[in-house]
Amino acid sequence: MSFVAKQLGFAYGLHDASFELPQNGLITIAGPNGAGKSTLLGILAGLRSPYLGSCTYGGREVRHWPRRDFARSVAFLPQSVRLEFPFTAEEVVLMGRTPYASGWFQTPEDRAAAEDAMTTTDTLAFRARDFRTLSGGERQRVILASALTQRPRVLLLDEPATHLDLRHQLSLYRLLSELAKTLLVVAVTHDLNIALQFSDRVMLLADGRVAGDGAPTEVLNPGLIARVFGVQATMHGSWMTYEA
Amino acid sequence: MKPSGTRSLLLSALVLVVVAIAAPLAGSSHIELGRAFAGVSPDHEIFFYARLPRVILALLAGSALSLTGVLFQCMLRDPLAEPYTLGVSSGASVGAVIAICLGFRATGLASLAGAALVLLMVLGMAVEGRRLSSFTLLLTGVTMNSMAFAVILFLHNLASFSQSFAISRWLMGGLESVEYSTLAWLAGVVLGISALVMLWAPQWNLLAVGDDWAASRGVSTVRLTAMGYVAGSVLTGLVTALTGPIGFVGLIVPHALRLKLGADHRVLLPCAFLLGGAFLIVCDTLSRTVIAPTEIPVGVLTALCGGPFFLWLLKSKRRSLWL
Repeated sequence: MSFVAKQLGFAYGLHDASFELPQNGLITIAGPNGAGKSTLLGILAGLRSPYLGSCTYGGREVRHWPRRDFARSVAFLPQSVRLEFPFTAEEVVLMGRTPYASGWFQTPEDRAAAEDAMTTTDTLAFRARDFRTLSGGERQRVILASALTQRPRVLLLDEPATHLDLRHQLSLYRLLSELAKTLLVVAVTHDLNIALQFSDRVMLLADGRVAGDGAPTEVLNPGLIARVFGVQATMHGSWMTYEA
Repeated sequence: MKPSGTRSLLLSALVLVVVAIAAPLAGSSHIELGRAFAGVSPDHEIFFYARLPRVILALLAGSALSLTGVLFQCMLRDPLAEPYTLGVSSGASVGAVIAICLGFRATGLASLAGAALVLLMVLGMAVEGRRLSSFTLLLTGVTMNSMAFAVILFLHNLASFSQSFAISRWLMGGLESVEYSTLAWLAGVVLGISALVMLWAPQWNLLAVGDDWAASRGVSTVRLTAMGYVAGSVLTGLVTALTGPIGFVGLIVPHALRLKLGADHRVLLPCAFLLGGAFLIVCDTLSRTVIAPTEIPVGVLTALCGGPFFLWLLKSKRRSLWL
C-alpha cells in the first residue's frame, strides 16, 4: 500500500507531478521556495483538496478516503505547532490516538501507544510539562511522538529540522532513517546535505514540476542544482558546498 | 483525563450547588427556607417568585456564556475571543433596540430574531463551497459587530429620552425574574446544546491546536467548526435575548479555569459550565444586595469581581506558565 501520483497538480504551486512511492524508506523532497514542496506534501496528507490529476493511496484517491481510516495509515507533521493553550506534552502526544478513539476516555491501549512513542522519541522526561515551555527540539520530538501514536505506515514531515540545532537535526534524521526501515518517511527539506546523507531517494521539485527523482547522489548533481537553485555546488565526497 | 480532572469536576459541581442554594436566601429582606417551603407569606413569594427564577436564570446564562467562551476561544484559537466576538449578541442587541424604538413590548423576541439573522448572515458569508475557516468566521463576526454597533448608535441618536434610557439599560445587561415556563425551555436548550458540545470535547482539543492538526488526525474540521459556531451562537443568542449582553463571564471564567486546570476540554468545558453558572449567581446576588434596594448592573459586577481575581491569578501563575 502506498502512493501513486499521476499528473498531480493544484490550483497554485504544483503542476503535473507523477511518481510512485515505495512502502518504506526515507524520501526527501527538495527544491527552491515556491517549488510546490509543501503543497505536494499537503496533498499526500489529504489536507489540500481538491487537487488536479490523480493521487491514490492504496489504490484509492486520497480525497475519497474516509478521514479517520486515512489517519490510521498516514500521519502528517506540520512545520511547527504554535499553541495558544496550556496542553501538556503528553496531552499533545495522546491527540494522535484520535483516529482510534471511540469515546471520551483514553483506553489502556492509547496509553501504551503514547508510552511507546514517547520512549522512541525520548520525550518521557517532560511529559507533564506545558508544551509551550519546551524548546524547539523538544517540541519537534513531541509532535513526532504524537504522529507515531497513530501507528502510521507513512510519516509526512514538513521541514522537520528547521528549528533545530545541528546536533538535534542529526539525531532527528537518524531516528527518521531508523523508522524508515519499516515505514515510508517523506520529509520536505531545504538542507541538501541532509538529503544526501540520510535519504534513500530524493525528489527535486522546480516550478511545480518534478525536476529530478532518484538516488540522492544522482539527483543532487552540480548540473541540476545549478539549473534548479541557481547556485554553484561542489561535491566533497558525500557532502557539498555551494556558492552563488 | 487526569485523575485531578474528576476531582475538579466534583468540586465545581459542589461549588455550584452550594452557591445555588445560598443565593436565593440572600437579599434585602430576610427570609427563611422553612417558611418559604411551608407556603408562609411573604417568604414563599419572595423565595419562589422573586429570587429563585432569577438565580436559575443567572445559572443558565452564566453556564452558557462561559461554555461558549471556552468554545469560541478554542475554535478561533484566539485567547481574546468571547461569546460576543462572532456577532450574534450584537444582532440580538440591534433587534432589541429596534423593538424599543418602535415601541414593541416583545424585546426578547425581537432580539432573538436579530440574533438568528446575524447567525445566518455570518454562516452565509463564511462558508464558501464546502470550506469554512475559523479566520473568515472571526473577521465576518467582528465586522458584523461593528455594523451592529453603528446601527445601534444611529437608532440611539434618533430615540426619544425615555427610549434612550431603555436602550442604555438594555445594553448594560441585567437579570430579572422570568416566568418558570421561559426558564424551562431555556434550561432544555442550554442543557441539550451544552451536553452536545461537551460530547465533542476530544475533538475540540485537536481543533484548539490547528485545523490541519485536527484534519490529519481524522477530525472533520469544517463540520466541527460550523457546529461549534451554531451551538455557541444559539446559546449566546438565547441568553442575550433574556438578559442583554453581560460581559466578562465568557472571557474570564474560561481563562481562570485554563490557568488552574490546563487545556483539556473534557475537564475544561464541564467545569466552565458549572463555575460560570456559579460565578454569575454570585455576581447577581451581590448586584442586588450590596447597595440594596438599588441594584448595580450585573455586568459592572462581573468585571469588578472577576477582573481583580483574574489579575491575581495571572500574576501568581505567570512564572510557572512561562507567559
